[in-house]
Amino acid sequence: MATEVSRPSSRRAPRQQIGLIEWLRKNLFSTWYNVIITLVLLYVIFQAVTSFVSWMITAPGWPAAFTNIKLLLTWTYPVEHLWRPQAVTGLVFLLLGLSSGVWGGIVRMVTFGAAAISAGLGVVAFTFPDLPGQTSLPGWLFLFLCAGLLIGSDQLALRLRDRIRWPLIIAWLLSYPAAIVILRGGFGLPVVETKLWGGLMLTLLLAISGIVLSFPLGVLLALGRRSTLPVIRMFCVLYIELIRGVPLVTVLFMGALLLPLFLPGGESIDALVRAIVAITLFSAAYLAENVRGGLQSIPKGQIEAARALGLNVFQTTLLITLPQALRAVVPVLVGQFIALFKDTSLVVIIGLVDLLGAAQNIVGQPQWLGTPGGVWRETFLVIAAIYWVFSFTMSRISKRIEDQIARSRH
Amino acid sequence: MSGNGSNDYIIICENVNKWYGDFHALKDVSLRVKRGEVVVICGPSGSGKSTFIRTINRLEEHQEGRIIVDGIEMTNDIRNIDAIRREVGMVFQQFNLFPHLTVMQNITLAPIWVRKKTRKESEAKALELLERVGIKEQAHKYPGQLSGGQQQRVAIARALAMEPRIMLFDEPTSALDPEMVKEVLDVMKTLARSGMTMLCVTHEMGFAREVADRIVFMDQGQIVEEGTPDQFFSNPRNERTRLFLSQIL
Repeated sequence: MATEVSRPSSRRAPRQQIGLIEWLRKNLFSTWYNVIITLVLLYVIFQAVTSFVSWMITAPGWPAAFTNIKLLLTWTYPVEHLWRPQAVTGLVFLLLGLSSGVWGGIVRMVTFGAAAISAGLGVVAFTFPDLPGQTSLPGWLFLFLCAGLLIGSDQLALRLRDRIRWPLIIAWLLSYPAAIVILRGGFGLPVVETKLWGGLMLTLLLAISGIVLSFPLGVLLALGRRSTLPVIRMFCVLYIELIRGVPLVTVLFMGALLLPLFLPGGESIDALVRAIVAITLFSAAYLAENVRGGLQSIPKGQIEAARALGLNVFQTTLLITLPQALRAVVPVLVGQFIALFKDTSLVVIIGLVDLLGAAQNIVGQPQWLGTPGGVWRETFLVIAAIYWVFSFTMSRISKRIEDQIARSRH
Repeated sequence: MSGNGSNDYIIICENVNKWYGDFHALKDVSLRVKRGEVVVICGPSGSGKSTFIRTINRLEEHQEGRIIVDGIEMTNDIRNIDAIRREVGMVFQQFNLFPHLTVMQNITLAPIWVRKKTRKESEAKALELLERVGIKEQAHKYPGQLSGGQQQRVAIARALAMEPRIMLFDEPTSALDPEMVKEVLDVMKTLARSGMTMLCVTHEMGFAREVADRIVFMDQGQIVEEGTPDQFFSNPRNERTRLFLSQIL
């Protein structure tokens, strides 16, 4: 006969928290040699930080980056047309703010981050009003307007919500060609040739084009590599393995130097377009392999269940396998996009002047020859900070998407 | 048993053969199932029972023999296969719910995309089905948030949403914790009594005894014995069947 066992009621887990002093003693000062290691490391860190900070304060080269801010942002884009990149920024911020109101979450995080940075830079620009390269619209005013636009459109969209969901998606799709037209001209606007473009504007344009164009291409290649049709599969394998076998520099050179020889009228293809094509083709091959990894992680039962319900091959891929595969590889994909963003700096070798190229040019300007030690440390620190802000933003977006997916799992 | 025209039979399998490489997985399997009949297929593991019911909706391809489902002959023509799949619902051992979709989306997906029904109509139908399987309140959760038994009931609702004429069950309770087996079997029993044609691969002999019209015993890729539950349990003719029953009862 079974006997009833006494049943203890649930209790709180025992406290694991310990005080700061206790933590220090336990982790950093537990034995005599740990004490020595801790003290030595503390001294090294202290020395490094203080000397870096004191260098930051006394470094003579900061004016190089700040007086050339126009070159860093837009390179030789004509001053009288600078309203165009400003208009594109405004357009993107308007759409971003509206999306933030409609979708919230990650988009809102990015929107408020962008607004905070704009406002912060606005204060700086207002404090130093005599920076060169000012347009008719003063830099500080433009930055404040940007911050206002972001927050304002967010608030506006909060009220409209569902009514602007689809128009907004279409507006995003149209924003890319619209931005190109605004920047380049045509349709009545005077043309600003792409060889005048450069700086951060070019870097962002290359990165966004590369990401937006290589994504669908990469997904198609990944699906093609798993196709049951031998011709398609062979072509995809060949393409992917060929591209992955050569460095990006090579692909850029091929785009810049060989493409014009093969294509009819190739000489007239814009150098910027060639660079975008090269980056897209390169990135797509890597993307395809990452997406394929995701596709392979989907259990066979998922496809069987979809087919048993009567979904055809196309519907099964679009609705069942691809969404799951892409979710599985979000961190990898974002990692690849961050790499792509930084790899765009390689276009310097085919004669385009991106953010890095602009910095290199500024460092070589004759007026800094007299500066002791040159100005390259300060200038490169500034552009490193700019690269970091964008890369870090992408990394946070990835983290948020992962968290959201994890939350829907249990 | 009057009229033996093939119209009485919703599933007709004649001398179905299948090989995996050199392994002969199904050997001349012939089975006829009438409308509304509940057939339980049992047998030791590796006997080909799962393979057999998976040939009925072409998740496995057979190499010889004929399969005719609801008057449609299974050929290599993808349109025939899709037509059959629309009429045949299937429930899997591992549930195979779509983890990135909510319960509601899991159920409405096929009606919307395959039957081209409206979202509103499909959702109303889904709620009705969820009520029938007793988990209406879970409609907006993700499969990962449900217990195994609840997931399998969602899988049954998902298959039923396509309004199939035939339901195939491939060991629907084998992956469940013992306490959850009953809730799934109860749903299956209700379904059987409602007149649905069902083919179930299962080891649940209690279920077989209670609702099956016929029990088919398979061993080594062949149908060894078939009969009513009474004949099967009290008077098995084949030696292999007797051995099997002595081990699981």
